[in-house]
Amino acid sequence: MSAEPRSLRRRLTLTLIGGAAVLAILFYLVVRTYAQQIAQQSQDRILEASVTSVLDAAVVREGQVEMDLPYAAFAMLDTSADDRVFYAIHQGEALLSGYRGLVSPPFALSAAPSFDTVPFNGVDVRVATWTHSLPASPRPVLLSVSVAQTRDSLAGTLLAISINAAVFGGAFFLLAAGMALWTSASTLRPLGLIAESVARRGPSDLRPVTRAVPSELSPLVTSLNSLMTRLSQSLSQSETFIAEAAHRVRTPLATVRSHAEVTLMRVDKDENRQALRSMIRAIDESSRAAGQLLDHAMVTFRGDQLERQDIDLVTICSEIVERLTPVAEMMDLDLTLVSDGPVPSKADPILIQNAVRNLVDNALKYSDPDSAVQIAVTATPAPTITVRDQGIGFPEAEMALLSQRFQRGGNAKDTVGSGLGLTIANDVAEAHGGRLELKNLETGGACAILHL
Amino acid sequence: MRNLASLILVLWAGALGAATLEDRQLFEGSGGQPTLRVLSSTDTDTFAPILEGFLARNPALNIDYAVAGSADIVTLIDDCPDCFDVVISSAMDLQLKLANDGVARPLSGLVGNTGSQWRQSLFGFTLEPATVVINRAAFEGRPVPETRQQLIEALRAEPEHFQGKLGTYDVRLSGLGYLFATQDARTSETFWRLMEVFGNLDAQLYCCSGAMIDDLVRGDLYVAYNVLGSYAATRPDARDRVAIITPSDFATTMMRTVLVLDSTQQEAAATRLVAYLTSGAWADEDQPGYPLPAIEAADLSVLNVVTLEPGLLVYLDRLKRQLFLEAWSSALLR
Repeated sequence: MSAEPRSLRRRLTLTLIGGAAVLAILFYLVVRTYAQQIAQQSQDRILEASVTSVLDAAVVREGQVEMDLPYAAFAMLDTSADDRVFYAIHQGEALLSGYRGLVSPPFALSAAPSFDTVPFNGVDVRVATWTHSLPASPRPVLLSVSVAQTRDSLAGTLLAISINAAVFGGAFFLLAAGMALWTSASTLRPLGLIAESVARRGPSDLRPVTRAVPSELSPLVTSLNSLMTRLSQSLSQSETFIAEAAHRVRTPLATVRSHAEVTLMRVDKDENRQALRSMIRAIDESSRAAGQLLDHAMVTFRGDQLERQDIDLVTICSEIVERLTPVAEMMDLDLTLVSDGPVPSKADPILIQNAVRNLVDNALKYSDPDSAVQIAVTATPAPTITVRDQGIGFPEAEMALLSQRFQRGGNAKDTVGSGLGLTIANDVAEAHGGRLELKNLETGGACAILHL
Repeated sequence: MRNLASLILVLWAGALGAATLEDRQLFEGSGGQPTLRVLSSTDTDTFAPILEGFLARNPALNIDYAVAGSADIVTLIDDCPDCFDVVISSAMDLQLKLANDGVARPLSGLVGNTGSQWRQSLFGFTLEPATVVINRAAFEGRPVPETRQQLIEALRAEPEHFQGKLGTYDVRLSGLGYLFATQDARTSETFWRLMEVFGNLDAQLYCCSGAMIDDLVRGDLYVAYNVLGSYAATRPDARDRVAIITPSDFATTMMRTVLVLDSTQQEAAATRLVAYLTSGAWADEDQPGYPLPAIEAADLSVLNVVTLEPGLLVYLDRLKRQLFLEAWSSALLR
């Protein structure tokens, strides 16, 4: 076995073509051998007939053999290739007539003529010899007749048959080779189709493969399905775990924060107040991260089983604007919503809410005080929600990476964040069959567009 | 010049010990080399026009033309296969045996009528029926026989008139005579009855057509059987005195055949000669009215043509020949 991976298709094709070649050669050899036998047999039959007619023409008169050779004895040996004819007639061991050296004594009585291929006069000849005992007194006479013929016509016939057999064998091989290519391609097509359908899936699509497959592939598909089930289970477990953990962390954090605020009001010493503020800030960051983790788990979970409803994107956005306006005012930011009437869409309201909230959250976070954050909702050509700010913008070089999980811009070091905001928005867009577009405005500031 | 050359060649032939050569002449082209040595059963005078026609087209060749009886040719070739390049003979059976025994060289690129060649090594180039030639004067006031049966009846009607005035080949000496006789015997029983009548009337036996025609012209013979009519037709002195009858019951027709010996050093020149002979150009273009008829494809199916096939070897078998000669002798020699 070769250690390096080999193509199944090539192996299958080569095996089939090799088999076809072996069969074609076998066919050629069998036909040739068979034809040779048939041709040789027919030549032998004619030689036998010739020998018989010569023997029949012989009589013994007064101890002398008289031989009235029939014209047909040799005329029947006429062939298309004008084969040469030789003969020898022996009485006992003495040559009576014909060619010396064609056959050599002794001759034995036999029930049928004997055939042999011998060299004579520089060529191979087929010779038939038959010995008869002719009644005579005082004792019978042994008469041996040999008739020989060259094999030119036979060779010509054989050549013609060989050429035909070769042509047929070749055609058979070509046909079989073509079929081998087709067979190997069609046999392996289901494998390719499965690979393609799995490859075409989204990164979080772990549904089992349900396509009908040939029985030989079903073990593979079954294993693949069970692997995906386990993977999916372990993924959802970890999501559940994260959500559970985030939730459990958030509640005590809120408690700690309120305690810290109460304490802050009671403490007078500047350095203690400073410490408490840092503490509250850290708590906020943790709380926010936990919130985003929760959001993300939610998006992942709902994204798999999308619940599309008829909703108005403007309504959802205005709710968010309403909720976040206090936060914006605290940061001296102007948060506005722009739209031309309702924008209806079939989408999951909770996911859209999550996505927009995270985008706006990001915008507020990265905006300088006294600047504006604008949400625009448009219906044509497709529903989009655009969030613009006047902050530092996205780092150009990393823009493609930003929507990945826990990826933060290189310029966001001193801002509270988990790096999940854009990921959530992106996941929501993809779950709805849309996408998240990120760009920097020419007037400065970032622009995130949620295409649905 | 030609006479001198032929004298030298006859002397040379004598020196070779080939006493059976009847004639030997050199036909020169325009001072060319090489010389093609032809051994033929056809008289030099008869064949000269063909050779001259060939040399006119191939002036860079000489032809050394030797004549021998068709049966002697086999002996000459046996004795000295290297002495000749081309063999031309009217005895088809002997020629076929030469080719069968591997003496002839197969020539490629010669496409002939399939019936008139054998193994691409033996080529027929004329088609000449065996005829009955009669002395016109002897049949004055008598019906001219058209068939063998009519001939038998005419002979039987007036035995004393034809006594000793009949002639045919001595098949023991003449290869062509033997071929005609055996083929006649193969074809019809009438041949034997005719031979018995010939035997009863003291038929004369001849070695060759020429001698028979001589005697016919002189009036020594009244009827000659199985003569090549073409020979009689070439003789200006014979035209008025003899009539050539092609028997209408059947006319055994032979082909004059040519083969190139395998030992030849002149294959190219020999092949050109064979091609010229088989083309029939000598009959149509070079010598209009020339008596040796070239093969027309139509004739092959009409006439009783002896075909080139291994069957011809049968009558050359020693035992078969012995039986045939016995039957022939008992009919003719009594």
